[in-house]
Amino acid sequence: MAVGGAGAQTSLAFALAAGPSRAGSWVAAVGVPHLGARAAAGLGVDLRRLVLVPAVGEQWAVVAAALLEVVDVAILGLPDRGVRPADARRLAARARERGAVLLLLADRVALGRRVLSLPEAWPEPTELRLGAQAAVWEGLGQGGGHLRARAVTVTAVGRRGASRPRSVGVWLPGPDGRVAARAETGGSREADRGGGAGSPGWVDDAVGT
Amino acid sequence: MRAGVRTLVLWCPDWPVVAAGCPPDVPAAVVAANRVVAATVAARADGVRSGLRRREAQGRCPQLQVVAPDPGRDARAFEPVVAAMEAFTPGVEIVRPGLAGFATRGPSRYFGGDEQLARRVLGAVRAVLERIVPGSDGVEAWVGCRVGVADGRFAAGVAARTRPGDGGPEERGPGAHVPAVAHAPGWTVVEQGRSRELLDPLPVAVLADPALAGLLARLGIRTLGELAALPAPTVLGRFGAAGARAHRLAGGLDERPLAARVPPADLAAGIELDPPADRVDVAAFAAHHLAADLHERLASRGLACTRVAVEAETEHGEHLSRLWRHEGALDPAAMAERVRWQLDGWLSQGGTTGGLTLIRLVPDEVVPAGGRQLGFWGGASDHGGVARGLARVQGMLGPEAVVTAVLGGGRDPLEEVRFVPWGEPRTPARAGPAVGVEGVAVPAGVEPAAGVEPAVGEGAPAGSVARHPASRRPDARRRPAPEVPPWPGRLPGPAPASVLAERRPVAVRDAAGDEATVSGRGVLSAPPAEVSVDGGRWSTVEAWAGPWPLEERWWEGGRRRARLQVVAGGTAYLLAREDGRWWVEAVYD
Repeated sequence: MAVGGAGAQTSLAFALAAGPSRAGSWVAAVGVPHLGARAAAGLGVDLRRLVLVPAVGEQWAVVAAALLEVVDVAILGLPDRGVRPADARRLAARARERGAVLLLLADRVALGRRVLSLPEAWPEPTELRLGAQAAVWEGLGQGGGHLRARAVTVTAVGRRGASRPRSVGVWLPGPDGRVAARAETGGSREADRGGGAGSPGWVDDAVGT
Repeated sequence: MRAGVRTLVLWCPDWPVVAAGCPPDVPAAVVAANRVVAATVAARADGVRSGLRRREAQGRCPQLQVVAPDPGRDARAFEPVVAAMEAFTPGVEIVRPGLAGFATRGPSRYFGGDEQLARRVLGAVRAVLERIVPGSDGVEAWVGCRVGVADGRFAAGVAARTRPGDGGPEERGPGAHVPAVAHAPGWTVVEQGRSRELLDPLPVAVLADPALAGLLARLGIRTLGELAALPAPTVLGRFGAAGARAHRLAGGLDERPLAARVPPADLAAGIELDPPADRVDVAAFAAHHLAADLHERLASRGLACTRVAVEAETEHGEHLSRLWRHEGALDPAAMAERVRWQLDGWLSQGGTTGGLTLIRLVPDEVVPAGGRQLGFWGGASDHGGVARGLARVQGMLGPEAVVTAVLGGGRDPLEEVRFVPWGEPRTPARAGPAVGVEGVAVPAGVEPAAGVEPAVGEGAPAGSVARHPASRRPDARRRPAPEVPPWPGRLPGPAPASVLAERRPVAVRDAAGDEATVSGRGVLSAPPAEVSVDGGRWSTVEAWAGPWPLEERWWEGGRRRARLQVVAGGTAYLLAREDGRWWVEAVYD
């Protein structure tokens, strides 16, 4: 599964990993050097079962494969030069075999550098693409307040049954610090039609796919 | 039943402060988990005792220097002491840094009796200690180390703690004068076969098992003599294994019946290091696996190890070996810790001329494992698989490459988190507030703007408490000591999802196109209009707040920053102005 959306992808990945993490699964983050641990904890990831390999360098694929043997959710920051097609295929196959989930951070913290787009960096097709769009921060004014809550629209596009794009409004996080569905937004109409996907559990359910 | 093996025990009182290099005439104490564990002579003269809370110790002795505990340092500093003891006989066993012993049968004969031996060991070790703690001669009350010789390790340990003046162990009140004991300043020798005369009048608290000692005292058994007078089967039946052990010790016997046997040689676990390890963390990482491996092999035979020999060879062919003892059975973590200390001692004290090429762990004394009860629901059984997989990655990239995050205290997102290599204890760098679900803590220093309603707990006096760190020292007399410091100046949640370990430069300009600056009084020159991260495109600032000044440790040249939250191009950033430049510290992505 790929997670994108320039302004909110890391938070979205944390929110997706939070469900399995709370249920006792191990989560690994490979090649994510800037991971904000407090944000991960705030979104519900259990830090005792979060393993970080921030600097992998050349051995990215080997390390990711080794970790995939033992963890259930792997958050992968893609290397600058992209992943070789054979490595990507092997990782995807291994994840499918073990029932593990790969969360690819598609839009990395670029900060001015040019980075490869997702199809270039990860040549394998992804089961599901989640993108966080139209992030609106609340709580910050012109010179006052502080960041408090963020409303985003998460769009899911996938293969097979999930080929029709669905979107849902999500607080990431809400004013109480939790991830919750926004009922009032127009974006959730299609999601509702998708069979109860508008419930707050939607984000967690998506991990099982 | 036979009496314990005649043993010499060397005890260095308050070893952690000695290892820290604190001169005895300066009041200093090592404090672990807010309790004093060791103090210098000067601090003890002011009433500082082991087990005191730090605040109370500082109350009794205001000029007390508080030293952080470091087991590695203790073990490192103890290495030369052990080396001095080893000049008398091989087979010195270390119980813990500060306490070591050996069987005296051979060396006593060679050196002409226990008293001669004790005197010589004392002299040799004192010479070493004077190098570790310079200027200790002038302090009268300072002993440095004491030597005790008696039957069995326990009795010898008690003898080492016995002071000539009072005949009783230090800090436990005067005991009766024991005729079978030869005293001199610094050493105590109990006649062969008469250790019970030394032990009998001592309180049961000497057994260092508070739960059992409390129970015995309530049952009216107050001294070791009274305990030893009870029939052994009855004690075993009533108090179990711990009681039986206490009974044996009280009777002047060895801790265990001599069922401890020399294990078959194939139980030893060894690993060759190629390339040779000259850094302690590399060697310790290898030793970690070795300990787990050895433990597994022993466990499969129903054995537990009470004494382990750590052996190493260097690339120049030197052979090093040392014995470590544990009162209970050594579990893999405890064994790995001791091996780490030992390797650290060798590598840092110049005991080696090159890197280590071979590390071996030889179980020197094994006993039937007492057995352990696994959790009914399997407990952390799948933890093992994860640990193996992570160890594999550590093998590829080095032990520091695989980390877990521990939240602690701090004022900016980078300080709050400490990354701990997998397998090391998860302790935060600094105490911090416990993490709630949302991770929101005291948002002091942030003024709620007009039109924004304050969140719960917000609206603390915004007089920038962070500017006066001295003012956050709570008054000990009025309030109980808070367990966690409040870290005023922390940003309120949500926390940024990306925290840049190496912050990136950013350009911030106002509507007129000039660079926005922050004055010395924390005032922004003009509202920011556009930002450009790391030389990238300019994006328009949609909302912003700040600047929030943060002055840390201004009394000793700390950092001075002003921070700004900015939303630009749909992404929120945490910016900081320091030394006349703007930086991106974190991204809320």
